[in-house]
Amino acid sequence: MKKIFKNQIALALAGILAGTSAVAGTLVINGDTSDPAPKAAFQAVIDGFEAENPDVDVVYNLFDHEGYKAAIRNFLSADAPDIAFWYAGNRMAPFVEAGLFAPIDDVWADQGLYSLMASSAPGMTMDGQKWGIPYTYYNWGVYYRQDIFEDLGIAVPTNWDEFIAAGETLKANGITPITIGSKYLWTAGGVFDYLNLRTNGYDFHMALTSGDIAWTDERVRATMANYQQLIDGGFFLENHAALSWQEALAPMANGEAAMYIMGNFAVAPLKELGLDDSTLGLFQFPEITPGIPMAEEAPTDTIHLTSGAKNVADAKRFLAYAARPDVQTAWNKALGQLPTNAGAGVTNDKFLNQAFSMLNNDAPGGVAQFYDRDTKAEMASIGMEAFQEFMVKPERLEKILERLEKARQRLY
Amino acid sequence: MYSYWKNNQLKIAPWIFLAPGILMFSLYVIFPIFQSINLSFYQWDGLGEKTYIGAENYIELLDDEYFIVSLKNNVIWLVLYLLAVPAGLFAALFLNQTVRGIRIYKSIFFFPFVISQVVVGLVFSWFYDPSNGLLNIILEFFGFDTIAILAEEDYVTYGIIAAGLWPQTAYCMILYLTGLNSVDPEQIEAGRIDNARGWRMLWYVILPQLKPATFIAVVVTIIGALRSFDLIDIMTGGGPWGSSRVLAYYMYEKAFSEYGFRMGYGAAIAVVLLLIMMVYIATILYRLYRDEKGG
Repeated sequence: MKKIFKNQIALALAGILAGTSAVAGTLVINGDTSDPAPKAAFQAVIDGFEAENPDVDVVYNLFDHEGYKAAIRNFLSADAPDIAFWYAGNRMAPFVEAGLFAPIDDVWADQGLYSLMASSAPGMTMDGQKWGIPYTYYNWGVYYRQDIFEDLGIAVPTNWDEFIAAGETLKANGITPITIGSKYLWTAGGVFDYLNLRTNGYDFHMALTSGDIAWTDERVRATMANYQQLIDGGFFLENHAALSWQEALAPMANGEAAMYIMGNFAVAPLKELGLDDSTLGLFQFPEITPGIPMAEEAPTDTIHLTSGAKNVADAKRFLAYAARPDVQTAWNKALGQLPTNAGAGVTNDKFLNQAFSMLNNDAPGGVAQFYDRDTKAEMASIGMEAFQEFMVKPERLEKILERLEKARQRLY
Repeated sequence: MYSYWKNNQLKIAPWIFLAPGILMFSLYVIFPIFQSINLSFYQWDGLGEKTYIGAENYIELLDDEYFIVSLKNNVIWLVLYLLAVPAGLFAALFLNQTVRGIRIYKSIFFFPFVISQVVVGLVFSWFYDPSNGLLNIILEFFGFDTIAILAEEDYVTYGIIAAGLWPQTAYCMILYLTGLNSVDPEQIEAGRIDNARGWRMLWYVILPQLKPATFIAVVVTIIGALRSFDLIDIMTGGGPWGSSRVLAYYMYEKAFSEYGFRMGYGAAIAVVLLLIMMVYIATILYRLYRDEKGG
């Protein structure tokens, strides 16, 4: 009784949102591209697909980006669309395990994606099968004030000592080396990821985020010691725990801070704040432990075939279409991000060109998704909170690591 | 049949009138309470199968330092939020005079209660802002160091409560203003003759007559304190590192947020919150019952 009632509500809601998905030739897609640029970009993809496949009518249900994260759980189990937007890595694990996503190895094989999307393949693989199509990803890195570095005669740092020295020079000139707003926690996750990737390497990082390594391990302590060096050295913006990542852009734009460990999405707002290609630059997070292959962070966004899909044939046609090089080129041009298909072209933009080359040529270690996508959701929130606490109260390191270890033992 | 109705009309009629209310209340309040209690003995991610795990969620709660912090904050909220009652009383006494334009002043004092909690939260976030906020500009003017209230684990809860007191005081003020209208002028007159003024007048003559208003003000304030969710969400999101969470917010995070979906654990937190509320609800019900009986 209870279950039926719940499903009816969900159906009624889905009905309002979705129209009906029963008609043959109708392809229902649920997505979260609610910001203007992604919305227009995806609409263009739909239009292109419909033009090539006049027999298919695409119904796109647009959700608010944040609300989507809760809504997907309801609609996947109640009234599944044919295709749903989501993220790669551990983020998709709950849906794969619950049998809500369907494997699409045949699409991968038909389109030759095993070679064309080799770099993002690990993030889409679970139980030896492929669970979706990655359509875009974006790089992380150190965005910096190129003009300030030039004025002070600082060369782009390539190793830890140079990085520390660059920070000291900046501080001596009254400039905060690194801006960050940790109010919403995940920015601290990015800093930790890079420090751990550089201190211990990609394989260790992935083992740690998969819960296979104790947080009290000596190697984690080595990462935290590097973290602490930055904290004790006063490298980070003061009061960062009170600021969002957007609020932390301002010190960088007005020259009070010189570096920001951030994703590509920070470029557009920084340019709006008055920076341009001559004042804003990007460099790869410098080497810490010599000899460890450089690994990068590049979160990937994906689309998936649901196991409740009513129109599997057309859904697979759409997924194949979305994986095509020419489609990804146009789609990512509109998004201002990078295509996952190696055959696709990259928009000619200073930062995208540099990021593309960095990810394809200078990241032999591997590509991580991001702390909150590589690790279990609950562990992610506890972990990122711990990094924020550590950045303000580094003296609590021991307690923090013990708490993380306790959480790891409970969750894995 | 007809005669049965006729004979028992007085007994049955109230139940017929009550029926829709009882039905709704059972369906949407009582039933979900038992549903939550039941759920708190399970492990469930909202998608897969539920697993019965007995009291494990509660055992985990005892060992969960975030839960302890939330519980402690709830107590702080309950105690400090009650400051809205005396503050509202004095605002009401201050405004309870007949001067030109008093209605405008009353409206201005009542204004914070009318605007959304979200707006209150944003306004106070800006007020506390470490670089441009008014608070720190004032502190700097007097030569103090700046302080990022919302990023300090020791101050953050007090900072949010202060924001919450602003609209809550306005609410209590309105309750008292209405109460003051019904204060019997003859008793005040009699008090004057007996040489009562100032504090003694307030304590022995006015306040006893405001008892109903005080009762309502305390009740709504306690409920407000236990519901303190929106301000925390807007101002800090529970941070820094979870030090401004209260039970309601922690329950939401564990059950429904991006990193949560532990329905059983969330339900267990909700049950604890319910138990705390029950103390107040029981007191209120008992008082109502006693008053009805006495009257």
